[in-house]
Amino acid sequence: MLKLTETQIKMLEEIANLHHTPEGAYNIRTNGESAGRASTENIKITSKEDVSGIDIRIKPGTKDETVYIPVVISETGMKEVVYNDFYIGEGADVTIVAGCGIDNCGAHDSEHDGVHRFFVGKNAVCRYVEKHYGSGVGTGKRILNPVTEVYQEENSYMEMEMVQIKGVDDTDRRTVAELAAGAKMVVRERLMTHDDQRAISLYDVKLNGDDSSADVVSRSVARDNSYQKFDATVVGNAACSGHTECDSIIMDKGTILAVPGLEANNVDAELVHEAAIGKIAGDQLMKLMTLGLTEQEAEEQIINGFLK
Amino acid sequence: MLELKNISFSVREDGMTKEIIRNVSMTIPDEKLVVITGPNGGGKSTLARLIAGIEKPTEGKIFLNGEDITEKSITERARMGIGFAFQQPVRFKGIQVLDLIRLATGKHLAVADACEYLSAVGLCAKDYIDREVNSSLSGGELKRIEIATVLAKASVLSVFDEPEAGIDLWSFQNLIQVFEDMRKHIAGSSILVISHQERILNIADEIIVLKDGQLITHGSRDEVLPQLSGDTTAVAGCCRLGGLAELRELKGEDFRC
Repeated sequence: MLKLTETQIKMLEEIANLHHTPEGAYNIRTNGESAGRASTENIKITSKEDVSGIDIRIKPGTKDETVYIPVVISETGMKEVVYNDFYIGEGADVTIVAGCGIDNCGAHDSEHDGVHRFFVGKNAVCRYVEKHYGSGVGTGKRILNPVTEVYQEENSYMEMEMVQIKGVDDTDRRTVAELAAGAKMVVRERLMTHDDQRAISLYDVKLNGDDSSADVVSRSVARDNSYQKFDATVVGNAACSGHTECDSIIMDKGTILAVPGLEANNVDAELVHEAAIGKIAGDQLMKLMTLGLTEQEAEEQIINGFLK
Repeated sequence: MLELKNISFSVREDGMTKEIIRNVSMTIPDEKLVVITGPNGGGKSTLARLIAGIEKPTEGKIFLNGEDITEKSITERARMGIGFAFQQPVRFKGIQVLDLIRLATGKHLAVADACEYLSAVGLCAKDYIDREVNSSLSGGELKRIEIATVLAKASVLSVFDEPEAGIDLWSFQNLIQVFEDMRKHIAGSSILVISHQERILNIADEIIVLKDGQLITHGSRDEVLPQLSGDTTAVAGCCRLGGLAELRELKGEDFRC
């Protein structure tokens, strides 16, 4: 059994939907240390020797296995940079559940900066789920600055679901990707900021091989005095197709900056960008109110649906 | 029973006051299907929105079962038992049909029970229950889902604002069936439909004609329908909706809009 506090258990449920020790390969990191780790026949997790972090090596052909690598910080003032490298073997088909929760009840800022590199082998399929969550009543900030690098070989598939709904004060997310021929990347980002939070999300996806494709979609809600910036650039260096979309609901005194970026360096590159920012439509509120919801309840339903 | 007493509604437009509804009084009795018809721009939809609480009257009072609801909000009226189907149903990104039906019933309905409301409006439930109520749905599908939410709400008074607007004739055939079924199960409730369609007028207990914001006629179907067939009101409306084939069926092949 893992030795975890009640707060840590709650955070693990929140970020990784973990209610008990996961089956299969996992590495649970709490307050800068490994609280538990397991490898399997096909998935080996080892500590890095030069820097803080782990290597996750997935054997070629591994099918239907899930790796959990959640991080929980419950000490105020804790700051860490962690380097995790994922080597996904040819033809593997796996799910990686990451996520980071910070519970800060103190006056000092807590920060986790995860640097993740994915090397996705030929024909491999990888689903990556990352959920960020903050809690605690302290005045110290909860800060998460993830850097993600994705290198996809021929005909590989990478699906990334990034969720940050509550409690993270400051985020600077940077994601870069390079795709070889036939590789496909799908990104679904869901973000809600509130109070004085700030969230920046930058993508730079290079489609280097013919028939490669990327679909980067962000849905976000900015409430209160929060600030968001979504900056997605897709670069088409081959006969490829790229699509980025930013769909945002703005509320109260929130600020949203959407920066579309498309760069075509090949005549057969087909790139599309869509961006829309607007408040909740009055007729949507009215419809739900005619079903008996108050305006506030209607607002919550609309936001929950939008970010579902 | 819904009573409207001396309802007027006006808006300010280009610095001028424009009267949309002028001193309208009417009663929608229990267990009746009442259709309000009349030319476009006559104030029908405004009247429906005044009943639902989306607009507030400039003058007059509205009573539901004897209680003054004039100052009640949309939410309060909904909770008191008024249902409203929008002429142009709203789309929601991410909200599924099942979510809307559950919100309408106010409880965590089992999927199988929610499906019954979709079946009632002629939709194959399993194909729609998990669909998002977004732009992937056609106008006809959306309209039927809108009606399903009003059915699910099980209101004392259900108001439908031009249920035929924006749908094709094929969907319209199904829609008529839905209203015929609702008419059969009206016990304990009443239905108010804003419509131009003769086939909806044909199943009404009472018909009200509204023109230029004023109530022109209110009577039983047998009293009002003969007056209308000599008039172009319903016919013109039907033509605008592209219901030519249906009108020809009713009035003969030589009929032209």
